[in-house]
Amino acid sequence: MGLLRAHCPGAAGTNVKTNNIQTIVRLLIPIGAVLLALLIGAVMLLSLGADPVRGYATMFGAAFGSLEGFSETTIKSIPLLLVGVGICIAFRANVINIGGEGQMVAGALLATIIALAFPALPPLVLIPIVLLAGAAGGAIWGAMAGALKAWFNVSEILSTIMLNIVAVQFMNFLLRGPMMDPAEVARGTGIPQTMRLSPNADLPILIEGMRIHLGVVIALGVAVGAYFLLWRTSMGFRLRAVGYNPDASRYAGISVPKNITAALAFSGAMAGIAGAILVFGSESHRMVTDGSSMGFTGSAGFNGIVVALLAGLHPLWSIPSALLFGGMLVGANALQRAAQVPSALIIALNGLIVVFVVSSEYFKQRLTPALRVDNELDLIEEGGNNG
Amino acid sequence: MKRYFLCLSAVLLALIILAPLSSQAAGKTLRVAIIAPSAQNDLAFTQSIVDGIKAIQKERPIELAITDGTFVVEDAAAAIRDYAKKGFDLVIAHGSQYGGSLKEIAPDFPNTAFAWGTSADTFGLANVSSYEAASDEGGYVMGVMAAAMSKKGGVGVVGPIEVGDAKLYVDGFVKGAKAQNPKIRAKVNYIGSFSDVALAAEAARALMAAGSDVLTGTSQMVVGAIGAARAKRVPWFATQANQTELAPEIVVASQVYKWEVVLKKILADMDKGIKGGKKYQINLANGGIVIEFNDGYKLDPKVRELGLKTIAGIKDGSIKTDL
Amino acid sequence: MADSFVALIIVSTIASGIRLATPFLLASLGEALGQRSGVLNLGVDGVMLLGAFCAYYTVLQTNNPYYGLLVGIGIGLLLGLFYGFITLNLQAEQGVSGIGIYLFGLGMSDLLFQKFVGTPRPILPFMPLHFPVLSDLPVLGEMLFQHSIIVYIAFGLVPVMSFILYKTTYGLNVRAIGENPEAADSLGVSVMATRYSAIIIGNGLAGLAGAALAIELGIFQQNLTNAMGFIAIALVYFGAWTPTGVMFGSFLFGLVQAIVLQCKTFGVIPRSASDLAAMAPAIITILALIVVAKRFKQPAALTKPYVRGG
Repeated sequence: MGLLRAHCPGAAGTNVKTNNIQTIVRLLIPIGAVLLALLIGAVMLLSLGADPVRGYATMFGAAFGSLEGFSETTIKSIPLLLVGVGICIAFRANVINIGGEGQMVAGALLATIIALAFPALPPLVLIPIVLLAGAAGGAIWGAMAGALKAWFNVSEILSTIMLNIVAVQFMNFLLRGPMMDPAEVARGTGIPQTMRLSPNADLPILIEGMRIHLGVVIALGVAVGAYFLLWRTSMGFRLRAVGYNPDASRYAGISVPKNITAALAFSGAMAGIAGAILVFGSESHRMVTDGSSMGFTGSAGFNGIVVALLAGLHPLWSIPSALLFGGMLVGANALQRAAQVPSALIIALNGLIVVFVVSSEYFKQRLTPALRVDNELDLIEEGGNNG
Repeated sequence: MKRYFLCLSAVLLALIILAPLSSQAAGKTLRVAIIAPSAQNDLAFTQSIVDGIKAIQKERPIELAITDGTFVVEDAAAAIRDYAKKGFDLVIAHGSQYGGSLKEIAPDFPNTAFAWGTSADTFGLANVSSYEAASDEGGYVMGVMAAAMSKKGGVGVVGPIEVGDAKLYVDGFVKGAKAQNPKIRAKVNYIGSFSDVALAAEAARALMAAGSDVLTGTSQMVVGAIGAARAKRVPWFATQANQTELAPEIVVASQVYKWEVVLKKILADMDKGIKGGKKYQINLANGGIVIEFNDGYKLDPKVRELGLKTIAGIKDGSIKTDL
Repeated sequence: MADSFVALIIVSTIASGIRLATPFLLASLGEALGQRSGVLNLGVDGVMLLGAFCAYYTVLQTNNPYYGLLVGIGIGLLLGLFYGFITLNLQAEQGVSGIGIYLFGLGMSDLLFQKFVGTPRPILPFMPLHFPVLSDLPVLGEMLFQHSIIVYIAFGLVPVMSFILYKTTYGLNVRAIGENPEAADSLGVSVMATRYSAIIIGNGLAGLAGAALAIELGIFQQNLTNAMGFIAIALVYFGAWTPTGVMFGSFLFGLVQAIVLQCKTFGVIPRSASDLAAMAPAIITILALIVVAKRFKQPAALTKPYVRGG
């Protein structure tokens, strides 16, 4: 699939020569797209009797206007960044991973099980272990889809979507059964949640009085690590080669099935870490659901795809992309509270922003054509391609 | 004499100072926020609490803020925290899954009153009250009527996931049906989702095909089941809100939650300075649960009699659901 | 006596599976057409939702379900035009724009519903059709010949689509530009126009799927489709981009859902296992694909925007 090739030249990973004016224009265009979407949103707000000016002021203020708001934005961005980085890896290996939701759930479940099993371990030991468990859970879930594609030619789009369903029901089964809070069992109300998990697994708060926690550091670390993986290791080279041109890679002796599985395993692992961080950095410090996956993940499994694609599938550019997307989500929720409009308007607005921003790439292209310096992978495929 | 006048002036002074305060307590605009997992017009869970507050708004000034459709638990937590920070007097967390978060948030805002439903746990915190519905009572009544109405000897239930309020209602319904007719076939189908309307419709059809000629169900996806029942003219018992308008030809009765019964008590406590710590319940006895019959449905008077008798029995305690 | 009861249950299960499969089938056929031409549309669910609401509202106002279907198709066509513009003219990243449309459709349909309808009001669904002799057949009658018109439209579109795709010039063009747009272009086929038409028709079918769902259920609700659109996309892969394959995939999915429902109704599946049972359609779809795994290839140009002249 050509989601990688579908990128405009100058996508990160290749070297690009631009001048400063062009850089500014490139930044302004997506901002312009956001403003256009917000304009339409303002019309919707007005039609509902709300004040768009005050509403949007609250929106920006809540997301970036204060230290506390920024802390909330950052927390929201963590799963987006982690899933997004995983998507970068997967999509670069030409594997379309739509299973972020299921992989987050799988990782969260395994991490929670570990925390329930070893509550007394000291934080210095427990926290790394639960995060590793999260990675393992997500990796297994991703690798399943990878193996299905590699050895049975089952499209990963199908298997990841189906595995999402399986993961959710598995989560419901566990949270309403073996993993349910004993207090709930006693009371018989049956809320699908675990007990309050061991405080030793609480992710430490970084700034006094805020909720921002260690998960930020972990997410940033993973993003940097993924960058190194993709461009500084031979494994990363193989992953990208398989994505760029599987036939040529096979000629070169690279095992396509193994690398596809690896790509999905990496991708799943990162989503799994996101799931674990969601549990241990949450307000309630327990794993709880309403019966759907999005009730737990906040749709990070899907939004992470948007984050990654808007970042040009580059792990480092995913950082600002995730931050902005997280800010949009936090701001939108604040807008709902301030303007008292139905949450549905916020969802529609999110969609508009995404559509407009991604459509604005075209204008970026037309207004700031960039020189493209050859990527070493072009040596594998002669002639390159348009796109 | 001097002392008498001094006392009198002191008393008068006290009255002058205190009077505006007391009338303020009754007249002051209370700021109330509701956070709920589904849409506020879902004719089910969320609508019931919104209707409850709106009923009270007719009696005292309330500034109401609603954040609905919040099925993401972390977002709900953020909303609860934000409303508390904004100085709302009462923050209602209308969703069982919000409890864990509320437990962590409430201690940070000792001057805010929180209410959590549906549940029976206040975490031992002084500013958290809990509220729940004894939906098993209405369920029992309707189970009795359904079993009496069934000609084929089978009643069917379409449920979402076996948790909380849904479970309570379903268990009550089945118990009531069996109490009325021990040989009744009461089939329960939990479809596994709160939102799969199409599956709920098919579940109803499956129940009807398997011999249920009276149906009931709970939660917001049940509108699909009502539609399927309507097509086959199978009578329906509703819960959480009056769902007569969804299918006037077949809805026999609805168990309506009148949360205002509980909300009034919470607000009255708040007037006195008590911010929580109590557990509330709406049930048939205190008028928080009302069985509203659909007058457009020709119900056999004997069945209606039976229903009313069961309601009276539960109210005076002679009939117990034991759930 | 017991035998005929079992037979009755089997019959009603298959009938139920057919009903459940119908919206998946319609949406999936549309997506298959679009993907054959090389365009991925992840926003199917959003289009379905908007189609569902507009159809619902139309029927509410006019009491005529056929107008509702037409409006649903119309909304789908409009959204297809929009999606075609941003995908083909603006060359927006297809995966992202699709998710954006999904979010927009999800939110907008609910918003419009809350603003223009408020409290849910029921609409009348299609009545089951009655064919003179066929409907009264003992077993096949209930299984196949007592459905509403939308079921027949959906399954009827399968041979129609197959014909168009494999036996017409248009279909040849669609398949060609999906495999090798440069070659097709050099032969005079307008890549842009063909892809536009495929996207518009495909989204029209998605709108129809949503309309069918709302009218069949007789109601609209927030997130009525409950991610059906994504499953429909997955089924395109299951069906190897062929209309017949998609039909089998949709039917398999619907049938498993129906079987699980029946098992729950009769207590074959205990309540404690009801969550595990809900996994069944997904797992069986994967297993079925493993078993049937032929070495099929996706359209080579899928998701690659085509730029003339490099």
